[in-house]
Amino acid sequence: MIESIWTHGLVAAGDSNAVKDAINAICQPHWFFILSNVALFVFLMGYRTFTKPAFALFALLAFTAFYILSALDPDFLSIIIKADNVPITMMMYLTGFFAWLGFRQSAINDTRMEQGQPLLEAGSDDKVLVWPDLVYTEMIALVLCTVFLMVWAVVLRAPLEPPANPSVAPNPSKAPWYFLGLQELLVYFDPWIAGVLLPGLIIVGLIAVPYIDKNPRGNGYYTFKERKFAITTFMVGYLIMWIVLIVFGTFLRGPNWNFFGPYEFWDPHRPAALLNIDFRDIFWVRWMGRAIPTEDWSGIPYYLVREAPGIALLLGYFLVFPVVLKHTVFRRMAVQLGGIRYGIMVFLFLWMLLVPIKMALRWTLNMHYIVAITEFFLNV
Amino acid sequence: MSVFGRFGNWVREGQVWGSVFRHGVPRDRRTRAMAVLSNVFLHLHPVAVRKSGIRLSFTWCMGGLTFFLYLVEVVTGVLLMFYYRPTVEYAYFDIEGLRAYVTLGLLRELHRWGAHAMVIAIWLHMLRVFLTGSYKPPREFNWGVGVILMVLTLLLSFTGYLLPWDQLAMWAITVGSNMARATPLLGYEGPLASLVNIGGVPLVHAGDDARFGLLAGTFVGPNALLRFYVLHCVFIPVVATILIAVHFWRIRKDGGISGPL
Ligand code: HEM
Repeated sequence: MIESIWTHGLVAAGDSNAVKDAINAICQPHWFFILSNVALFVFLMGYRTFTKPAFALFALLAFTAFYILSALDPDFLSIIIKADNVPITMMMYLTGFFAWLGFRQSAINDTRMEQGQPLLEAGSDDKVLVWPDLVYTEMIALVLCTVFLMVWAVVLRAPLEPPANPSVAPNPSKAPWYFLGLQELLVYFDPWIAGVLLPGLIIVGLIAVPYIDKNPRGNGYYTFKERKFAITTFMVGYLIMWIVLIVFGTFLRGPNWNFFGPYEFWDPHRPAALLNIDFRDIFWVRWMGRAIPTEDWSGIPYYLVREAPGIALLLGYFLVFPVVLKHTVFRRMAVQLGGIRYGIMVFLFLWMLLVPIKMALRWTLNMHYIVAITEFFLNV
Repeated sequence: MSVFGRFGNWVREGQVWGSVFRHGVPRDRRTRAMAVLSNVFLHLHPVAVRKSGIRLSFTWCMGGLTFFLYLVEVVTGVLLMFYYRPTVEYAYFDIEGLRAYVTLGLLRELHRWGAHAMVIAIWLHMLRVFLTGSYKPPREFNWGVGVILMVLTLLLSFTGYLLPWDQLAMWAITVGSNMARATPLLGYEGPLASLVNIGGVPLVHAGDDARFGLLAGTFVGPNALLRFYVLHCVFIPVVATILIAVHFWRIRKDGGISGPL
């Protein structure tokens, strides 16, 4: 009741269509992803400036203003007030705040090191007693956390929809919010990659991090300057490929997993995006000017013949490209890491890189698969 | 001295108090050290820690909050188990009744929001450990333990999501568990699974593949509900608790919270 009065009263006030259209437009997948990356890289390049409290405060206020003004829009409001989406708003604020806090301290430390001053964490040999110095901090954190949870629980009811019904599928059917990044990847990859391989590689890759990051500096204190590659890679993975994709999947994916701008009505009748061509079409038809092969060729099964161009491309990407990298951009690192570590690092790195590559191929060429051995569900 | 002060002293000097807390009031170095040493919970901590390690801006207290939220989940979860029966007939209505009839019906809210908060907190904890380079030697192994703990946390959330047995639950789990169908070799729609056969008879089909193992069926039905319930309430928490113990033990053995060398 209150909700509806609120929205209806404010719709009129918040109606500035040109701005909304513009925002809807830049929220399209390619712009959203490219702009998030640009924002991250600009931030990392100027981290000493952008983490100054004045900038941070400005960013906080600007984002909050954007959020509140957007909430005047009934479509946007209906998404953010869904009970299970509330944590995502919290996550955005908390992630922003703590990323700032971390990089702020990195900036201070990096400047101090250049000037030969002690680190923020210096004096690490001074010991204090756990009682009272630590247990009191812990107790205060614990009390605050309890209060926060209590208020949250009183204000917001846990959602309960109609009883489970196997014959009525909601549209869209969304995974729990913390997996929405992976569900978003389903747009670009088959389930065996988006749902099995990539999660597996994330887990293995994270566990492998301490063994492939041989940089001895930056152990136990905030710094960015001394670990630029490691931190940049991690932030792209964490902020863009996990957090941003979750936000995208929550706010901007509607029925049939179609894209909807933040101020658009989730129209279930909007037609699904049409796919798509495979690399084999591009290679055989467009470049070779002939039909796609369907016959075995000197003992090689037809599907391997048909997919040979894509297979060659992937082999080149995973086997030749690392060698090229080893002698160019990764030269210093390759020497430092040695063969095995370099191999693992580059394998994980290239898988991570394949995500934006596949996205770009989709946006520019409308490409579906690089290799499509549909006979065995083996599509990349 | 006020009446209360005198009463306080009388209690603290009595036999009962002395039998529980075997040290004086923690007012000097020795008794403060004893306060930590002689308490099974507090002695997770060393007696003294490096000053830099406990600065709030260094750890953000995120590991501690993750642990606290885990405890909240355990306590509220056990209480929920008094009311909830994991069968298709009862599950939904038990949850509904919880809201309508049970005093302190906030339980479910606390449990659900606590779970969301724990997921966010654990990610932030990982972020801070990464940004401070705290996974570097000698803490490589503990980072790995942490990664497994994060996977378990997500699995706990995921298995719990099904239990209310409403539309949200059923379809979110359907979407999620459909992925298992695509496991290479082991899912019946996974790459190369059709090659796993004996003389043309497929070994991997909808009735025995990875997804079947997860759901105990080919769809999200009563068996899946029971399976997720047991995983959620018993199996994963036990494993997570053991690993948390390892995690904490290793923090101390690895030299406490990291700091510049
Ligand atoms: C149930 C989950 C977890 C709990 C309860 C937990 C708890 C803690 C606590 C209380 C600390 C002490 C310092 C602090 O608060 O930051 C800590 C440190 C640490 N955690 Fe976790 N953690 C969990 C998950 C993780 C994850 C997901 C990772 C990494 C992927 C991780 C890696 C580490 C490492 C390497 C340290 C040592 C940091 C240092 O010495 O500075 N933990 N953990």
